[in-house]
Amino acid sequence: MDYILAPWPWHVSGAIIGLIMILLLFFGKSFGFSANLRTMCSMAGAGKSVSFFNFDWKKQSWNLLFLVGAVIGGLIANTWLSDGSVVDISENTIRDLSSLGISAPTEIQPTEIFSWEFASSLKGILFLVFGGFLVGFGARYAGGCTSGHAISGLSDLQVPSLIAVVGFFIGGLLMTHIILPLIF
Amino acid sequence: MLKFLKFIIAGLLFGIVMTKSEAISWFRIQEMFRFQSFHMYGIIFTAIAVGLIAVQLIKRLQLRDIGGNPIIFNPKDMSIPRYLIGGTVFGLGWAMTGACPGPMFVNFGYGYGMMLLIIFGALIGTLMYGVLRAKLPH
Repeated sequence: MDYILAPWPWHVSGAIIGLIMILLLFFGKSFGFSANLRTMCSMAGAGKSVSFFNFDWKKQSWNLLFLVGAVIGGLIANTWLSDGSVVDISENTIRDLSSLGISAPTEIQPTEIFSWEFASSLKGILFLVFGGFLVGFGARYAGGCTSGHAISGLSDLQVPSLIAVVGFFIGGLLMTHIILPLIF
Repeated sequence: MLKFLKFIIAGLLFGIVMTKSEAISWFRIQEMFRFQSFHMYGIIFTAIAVGLIAVQLIKRLQLRDIGGNPIIFNPKDMSIPRYLIGGTVFGLGWAMTGACPGPMFVNFGYGYGMMLLIIFGALIGTLMYGVLRAKLPH
């Protein structure tokens, strides 16, 4: 049981994520989480004015169920499968982040960003909403996110997915090394 | 019932593994983009290695899904600007929020209510892509 409660090593976690992708293939589906965002826009009626959202979203209901499972999974993992370990990131990362004013981990997320104090300030609201905007816009523009491109696409040796993953890193490196230091 | 339940269970497993591997943590994403730990790379490479073997086996043995239908892989349309620009925009947001679309929802379940702001932004971003699609290079 201790093995389950402690943070899981990368090889076990990576293998399980690969197995989830395989499981979905045998269920006749393709692993890709960000499609749910498009489905939600469609459910909200965006298809009436924007053709991109005019599709039979009910065919994606399986993915929404997967999303519901993911939310419950986060709740279960935090409530019953945790031994309270602090995220054991590298000393170098802790040092780099402290120069941005982000303190060392005391929980799974930094309190400077994921606290209601920040999330109710104007800067915090803009930061979180705009950050989410970039993820949503970029995922749909690129036709997929980490699950659809990095896992499903690269497992099938798709060149477009490799280009998308290169893009993920160009954007991620720009944000981490150039833009974040300007924000914090 | 199993028709629905199996997807919830797969999602449940996803939420648990993403949490227990700490892949939902902003700290881990920062560590990855600073190349200061193998952790996230290990997760992604292992998942791809397992997936790669499975995809090859499925193709060579022409395996079928549980409904008896052939498992088909649709090649994505080739384009450079679409994947490169779209991917870069995605990466900017990923490093900012530390959350790609799955972890946004897993984090919400974990108890971070402010993830709803990120999810709201992601929905607006998706909507804006749909609106601007015809004007963007693909």
